[in-house]
Amino acid sequence: MKQILVCGGPGCLAKGSREVFEAFKRKIEQNKLHVELQLKETGCQGLCQKGPLVTVKPGNLLYTEVKSEDVGEILDKIIKSDSNYDRALKKDEISFYKYQTKIALRNVGEIDPENISDYIERGGYEALKKTLHEMTPEEVIDTVEKSGLRGRGGGGFPTGKKWRYCRNADGPVRYVICNGDEGDPGAFMDRSIMEGDPHSVIEGMVIGAYAVGSRQGYIYVREEYPFAVKRLKKAIEDSRKMGFLGKNIAGSGFDFDIEINRGGGAFVCGESTALMRSIEGNVGEPRAKYIHSVERGLWDMPTVLNNVETWANIPPIINKGWEWYLSFGTKTSPGTKAFSLVGKVKNTGLIEVPMGTTLRDIIFKIGGGMIEGRSFKAVQTGGPSGGCLPAEKLDLQVDFDQLTKEGSMMGSGGMIVMDDRTCMVDVARYFVNFLLDESCGKCVPCREGLKRMSEIMGRITHGLGSEKDLEVLEEICWTMKEASLCALGKSAPNPVLSTIKFFREEYLKHINEKTCPSGVCKHLTTYYIDENICKGCHVCVKVCPTGAISGEIKQPHFIEEDKCIKCGSCFDACKFNAVQIRGMKIDD
Amino acid sequence: MKADFKVVDRIIESYGCKKNSLIQILQDVQEKYNYLPRKFVERVARKLGVSLSKAYAVATFYKAFSLNPRGENLIRVCMGTACHIKGAPEVVEEFSKILKIKPGETTEDLKYSLETVNCVGACAMAPVVVVNNEYYGNMTPGKVRDILKKKETRKG
Repeated sequence: MKQILVCGGPGCLAKGSREVFEAFKRKIEQNKLHVELQLKETGCQGLCQKGPLVTVKPGNLLYTEVKSEDVGEILDKIIKSDSNYDRALKKDEISFYKYQTKIALRNVGEIDPENISDYIERGGYEALKKTLHEMTPEEVIDTVEKSGLRGRGGGGFPTGKKWRYCRNADGPVRYVICNGDEGDPGAFMDRSIMEGDPHSVIEGMVIGAYAVGSRQGYIYVREEYPFAVKRLKKAIEDSRKMGFLGKNIAGSGFDFDIEINRGGGAFVCGESTALMRSIEGNVGEPRAKYIHSVERGLWDMPTVLNNVETWANIPPIINKGWEWYLSFGTKTSPGTKAFSLVGKVKNTGLIEVPMGTTLRDIIFKIGGGMIEGRSFKAVQTGGPSGGCLPAEKLDLQVDFDQLTKEGSMMGSGGMIVMDDRTCMVDVARYFVNFLLDESCGKCVPCREGLKRMSEIMGRITHGLGSEKDLEVLEEICWTMKEASLCALGKSAPNPVLSTIKFFREEYLKHINEKTCPSGVCKHLTTYYIDENICKGCHVCVKVCPTGAISGEIKQPHFIEEDKCIKCGSCFDACKFNAVQIRGMKIDD
Repeated sequence: MKADFKVVDRIIESYGCKKNSLIQILQDVQEKYNYLPRKFVERVARKLGVSLSKAYAVATFYKAFSLNPRGENLIRVCMGTACHIKGAPEVVEEFSKILKIKPGETTEDLKYSLETVNCVGACAMAPVVVVNNEYYGNMTPGKVRDILKKKETRKG
């Protein structure tokens, strides 16, 4: 039987994949094709840039940018098994997919996430049965520990070790938690797993609960992900019905159940201790970690908290063994890692690669390089806790330790590619302001440090900075790293420190020459049209939202400075590069 | 009013009147009424046996809660990193300019509320704007007027 998989990931949905799905459904019904065709809506298929995506099996053929008008033609080709149809791309041969290895995302985009049989058909809940019937909790912990799996939420703490500490801690009850509060801006891996393969998270949690001896679990999901909540709820109900959750799971005598908690839109709740306070119904403020959560976490009981992707990695490790898992990745960071590859790269989307893959391979092979005509400037990883790495670091092998060594961080896996139109000072300022807004205010270094940093960054981007400001910035950074209470404050300086380290020149241009070479900082940017290049095609006039550009057709145009809001629309729209930014070119 | 209290009470009871469900209960109340009216926060606090100050601490700490009525259409502009570098600040500015409200505010006729959010997790489509639950990708300041126009015509 042939399968038609329509992507229902966030990117494709925004591009109208629901209409495509409905169109397929109508056509199949009209032509009574149920017998030979099976239609499914899946989670994210990865290549969001080219959505809406449709995959056809067998053959793993990919159709990109599908519109509902195209459905009839595509359906016709599918029925005839026309493999010469030029719109059908062979998924296994496209470089976006070819260089990926999927473990955590193994089912995302392949199954109907709302159908538990789809998950079971692909080997789902086998690991659960194996764990409960054939393994002791000790053996489970042993396997996870030997696999070398490290927490995918950012810190990279060894998962097996965490479980062992929790099992050995004293307490009448224990809890397991799934951290689905994916707060890092620019990251959507966890969302894609929760929406695209919710059962893998549940299965992982049951195995973890058995290993540490817990009977109650919680999944904490961001409120910005209502769809993930819906899918998880359905998955939990279905697995209860099938006996994979609740009392006497799979006839083993083991009891465990899961509750879902929706977050309240606070970034700091991604921090483990703050998240636990939030589940308890309190304000989400972190606490000092001299007592570990594995000893006293949720309601002061021993608690294991792992991130969505970590949980999704557990079932395959149990099924295939730790030796298998160790065959991927690097020595200190085994396995694979999911990333959301976004920003100024051609193929934006959701990917998973073995640890140790170079940034260059990720951005240029999988990502297909920079968007037309732009040059690579930096890649940002680790969200507001991470840093920006320049072109010299493109050959860095991505794993937990390498990124940390360079002053960035793995974080949860956002990877934002930046081009010469991205101002690094502005990016650092963006993260500082983001964190200023999100700091809970409990400890002084974080609260006051961010406030002062924001003021200084504001001055620099307004052309009022001095070189002394850089020294003060660095001093504040080191103080915050040293003295903040939780990871939010300790890692908050990373975006600033890494940009000062790698892009000092750009800071100095803002400070000394009062120009923003990328044309981002509005007070330091002037757009102008080069009369010698302008063909008078009028495109810029059409895209300008404020009517700041005027000129006769086929005559050079010009920009009225006082009307210009410096949005850069004209710069992006001009095919002849006639729109220019003062200070961008070195010879200016 | 009485009927409303009944609705709120039903929400509280659906969580078994547990103190630790405070956030979940407030979320459901907000979902029902679009914001958190003071009298309901008081009701929830009393029923759960938590102090009003604690209920307010929670209601003001979490960004998802609004203590003021919100507009019929909720415009949320994503300010995630990918959106930021692809021009989200200009998109917010354009909304602000046309609607004459700042992020976090509601128009006088209660038609639109403008909010910025950290990240909606649709980064591959940056910059993203979510109006009610509809996603608009690859936004530009120029497209802002189109969205608003669409909302206007749909109403009329």
